Amino acid sequence: MEPPCGAADSPSSVGVLDNEATIEIASSGDILPARQKGRELARHVGFSSAEATLIATVISELVRNIVLYAKRGQIIVRRAESAGRPGIVVVARDDGPGIPDVRQALCVGFSTSGSLGLGLPGAKRLMDEFEIVSEVGIGTTVTVKKWTAGLTCSSGV
Amino acid sequence: MQVPILRHGDYLIASIQSALTDSDLLALRQSLVQQVGSARARAVIVDVTALDVLDSFASRTVQDLAQMIRLRGAETIVVGVQPEVAFSMAQLGVRLEGVETRLDLEEALAYLAGKRAPGKRTREG
Repeated sequence: MEPPCGAADSPSSVGVLDNEATIEIASSGDILPARQKGRELARHVGFSSAEATLIATVISELVRNIVLYAKRGQIIVRRAESAGRPGIVVVARDDGPGIPDVRQALCVGFSTSGSLGLGLPGAKRLMDEFEIVSEVGIGTTVTVKKWTAGLTCSSGV
Repeated sequence: MQVPILRHGDYLIASIQSALTDSDLLALRQSLVQQVGSARARAVIVDVTALDVLDSFASRTVQDLAQMIRLRGAETIVVGVQPEVAFSMAQLGVRLEGVETRLDLEEALAYLAGKRAPGKRTREG
C-alpha cells in the first residue's frame, strides 16, 4: 500500500510538486509549457484568471529573454506567502553573458536583440516585487513575486 | 501545431485552436502571407480566441503579419482577443497598432460585408 520511497506525485516530466515546479529552458519551444505551468500554479494559489494571465505573460517574457540571450537556463515557480497573503515567486536563472547595464535594460524600448524592449520593464511593472542580479560572464537571475489580494487589478478587469 | 486556414469567399480565416509556440506563430504568418496570393484573398481574419497570452513577441508577430498582408494588398482583422489577454497587453505596454480588431468572427464578417457594399452605408461628413 505504501508508495515506494521517492515516488513522484505526478507522472509529469516537468518535475512538479504541488507548490513548486522547475522547468528547464533550452529553446523557444519551452516558453509555452513554462507559462502554462506558471498559470496553473497561480490559479492553484488563488489568483484570478486575469492575474494568472498577467503572471503567464511575465513568465513568457522572462523565458524568452533566457532563450534569446543565454540560450538555456531554468525557470522555478513556487508558492510563497507574505504577511498571510499567498502568492507566487518566479525565478528565471541562466548562466548567460549577463547584462552590462541593468538600469538600461529596465528602460522601456531598450533592447540589444531587435525586440520591443518591453520584457523586463513589463515584468517589473506587472509584478509586486522585482529583483535582478546580473554579472557579465556569469549570468542573470531575475526574481519576481506577486501576492494575492490588495493588488492593483483585484477589483476586476 | 498547425493552424487551419479556411477560405470563405475571398477571405481567409486563420482559426487558432490552441496556445501557440513562437515557431507556430511564425509559420502561421508565413503561410498567410503566401496564401493571400494563391487564394487572391482580400482580407485575412485571424481568430486569437484560443491564445492564452499575447506577449511582446506574439504582438509583434501579429503586427508584422498585418503589415505584410497589407503589402500584399489585403487587410487583416484580428478577432477574439480575450479580456484577460487585453488587460495583460495593455499593462505590458504592447500595442497592435495599425491592425483592425473586432470582437469575434461574426463582427469581422459584418465589417467586411459593410465595406463591400458601400451603397448600403450612409457616410457621415
